[in-house]
Amino acid sequence: MSNEKITVIEAKHKLFSINFKELLHYRDLIFLFVKRDLVNSYKQTVLGPIWILINPLLSTGVFTIIFGVIAGIPTDGVPPFLFYMSGNVLWGFFSSNLNKGAGTFLGNARIFGKVYFPRLVIPIANMIFNFINFALQSVVFIILVVAYALAGAEVHPNLLILLTPLLVLQTALLGMGIGLIVSSITTKYRDLNILVSFGISLLMYITPVVYPISKAPLGLGTALLLNPVAPIVETYRYAFLGSGAFHWVYWLVSVAVTALILVFGLVVFNKVEKNFIDTV
Amino acid sequence: MDKDCVIKTEHLKKQYTLGVIGSGTLRRDLQSWYAKKRGRTDPNRIIGAREYEKGEIFTALEDFNIEIKRGERVGIIGPNGAGKSTFLKLISRITSPTEGKITYRGRVASMLEVGTGFSGELTGRENIYLNGAILGMTRAEVDGKIDEIISFSECEEFIDTPVKRYSSGMFVKLAFAVAAHLDAEILIMDEVLAVGDVKFQKKCIAKMRDLAVDENRTVLYVSHNMSTIQELCSRCVVLDHGKKIFDGDVDEAIKLYVGGEDDELYSYEYVDGKYKEKVRRQYVNLTRAKFYGRTTSFFYDDEQVPLELTWTYLRDVERIGLRVEISDTRHYPITAFVIDNVGGGKKDEERSLRLKLDISSLATGIYCVRYVFFVCWNKESLPESVEIASGLTIRKRLRTDGGPRWQRAWGSVVSKGVEIVENGGD
Repeated sequence: MSNEKITVIEAKHKLFSINFKELLHYRDLIFLFVKRDLVNSYKQTVLGPIWILINPLLSTGVFTIIFGVIAGIPTDGVPPFLFYMSGNVLWGFFSSNLNKGAGTFLGNARIFGKVYFPRLVIPIANMIFNFINFALQSVVFIILVVAYALAGAEVHPNLLILLTPLLVLQTALLGMGIGLIVSSITTKYRDLNILVSFGISLLMYITPVVYPISKAPLGLGTALLLNPVAPIVETYRYAFLGSGAFHWVYWLVSVAVTALILVFGLVVFNKVEKNFIDTV
Repeated sequence: MDKDCVIKTEHLKKQYTLGVIGSGTLRRDLQSWYAKKRGRTDPNRIIGAREYEKGEIFTALEDFNIEIKRGERVGIIGPNGAGKSTFLKLISRITSPTEGKITYRGRVASMLEVGTGFSGELTGRENIYLNGAILGMTRAEVDGKIDEIISFSECEEFIDTPVKRYSSGMFVKLAFAVAAHLDAEILIMDEVLAVGDVKFQKKCIAKMRDLAVDENRTVLYVSHNMSTIQELCSRCVVLDHGKKIFDGDVDEAIKLYVGGEDDELYSYEYVDGKYKEKVRRQYVNLTRAKFYGRTTSFFYDDEQVPLELTWTYLRDVERIGLRVEISDTRHYPITAFVIDNVGGGKKDEERSLRLKLDISSLATGIYCVRYVFFVCWNKESLPESVEIASGLTIRKRLRTDGGPRWQRAWGSVVSKGVEIVENGGD
């Protein structure tokens, strides 16, 4: 027993101390949590995991009817269904990351109060779970893009597609970062929990999900792009559909904001996780 | 840290904030904070409440120092709120100390509540992997032990059924089986053995002892069940109000915690209002019960209990009987000593009676004594109890360890009336 690790628990701790080696040791737990969530989501439903695909198709259909047909918001010449789906799928990924992240402490208080494992396991597992859903939805989206393109519709996928993995990662980290901050605060103030769902839908309307940024009133388009999610959605849509533009300056700003939020989120999370069980 | 030492704590302290922590809403907390900053009184303070009541702190554990060596099985006992669970929570990293330091060698497996993280929809087998991972095992480690875990859990038949269909007993057995097969050097248990059927409990205790003795694991065990502490632990710590008040021999610790002052109680004065249970006083008034010539309530197997009762008559009585009832600590009756007539007396006359009780057939343990005076009106009628009072406990101990040790599970009366009439086959 010579390779026994010595662990020291002290009252004081560093501002930023993520034990990556420990996280790596718990990788099996991360995957088991993902598996558990997948099983739990669709057990005892008739259609099972097919719901992952039906959900965004349904809501995209609703968007198309309400915003496209009834409100008549132009989509820069792109087929409306594809336009709304591109925004919807990515937004869904962002908001589920934020939502799940925000519930990290409160939703898992019971298990956190009984046993120790690196608390970051939970948000990471959530992120992977959300990514699986997103990936499946993206496959359908890409199939539709190809189908529309072959049918001669106005879609022009371009080389920016190479940037999309980065965009997806950024979406996940931004959502999780905000989620972690919210989660850390909700251990003390429950108000925020109620505000989260409202905040998410509000955020959606200042993000070009259901309208192109070019259709925003004069001057407002630029202001909207300062919302860190906006350049991601806009770039993502531009890459696949060729509508809109790539505002690289705003995107870089958004990357910087994402990094800032993520670091801040991790620091707060790191601080709260030590003792939150006493106050929750 | 010393090579032999597995756990070491230095000046460990844990404080909790008492009362409602924050007002729970951000607006009010900001209000309070702003008022405090400007030197005004808190607008959200409850009128009449003391100024700093909200922030008062409770020290759950204070200056706790302990060194635990490899293979020691340490029991931790103490009243509710003594800090037992706080200590286990600190060492299993569920919460962190306010001050001080814990150092430990190897892995800690905490079984504060077995079955945490079980997911109803997953099968037993899948839950073993999940629970194992939560407790810090890798998939490969669980793979190597899965058969052993399943057979220990006694759930082979149902292992591929979702656990939401399990009975609560099966659920717990499965959970314990996973925890018991952890490869951790330090095992932490908090009353986990209060689950499952008796047979399974015994199996768990045996398994724990195997782990500690044969495999040299270190066990920390918190329980209110003194008999499991006695069975399992090699060392015992008594906590009270966050402080360590004893550390050492198990029997001594239990005596300190359970026994308290009763140990020395060999005389009991009956004063109004001090009766342990409701009494009826018609004929006599018991004033004192005492083990005469003794200074403890311990009696060994070759001793008789010298009992002295003192009472006064409340009215003229011709004859009165006395029954000394023996019950166990849960007041379940064991036996009684009956004296038909202890004689009568005039009103206000004081009487004293000395008895010797033969308790040689009682098994080791603690017994409560109750005194019942009764009168018989005639031969046919049942005796009517006229005065009942309890007091004094008898602690029976064995001086020698001859023959097989009597187990409490067999009963409280040691029967001796057996002889072998014929011993031999055809």
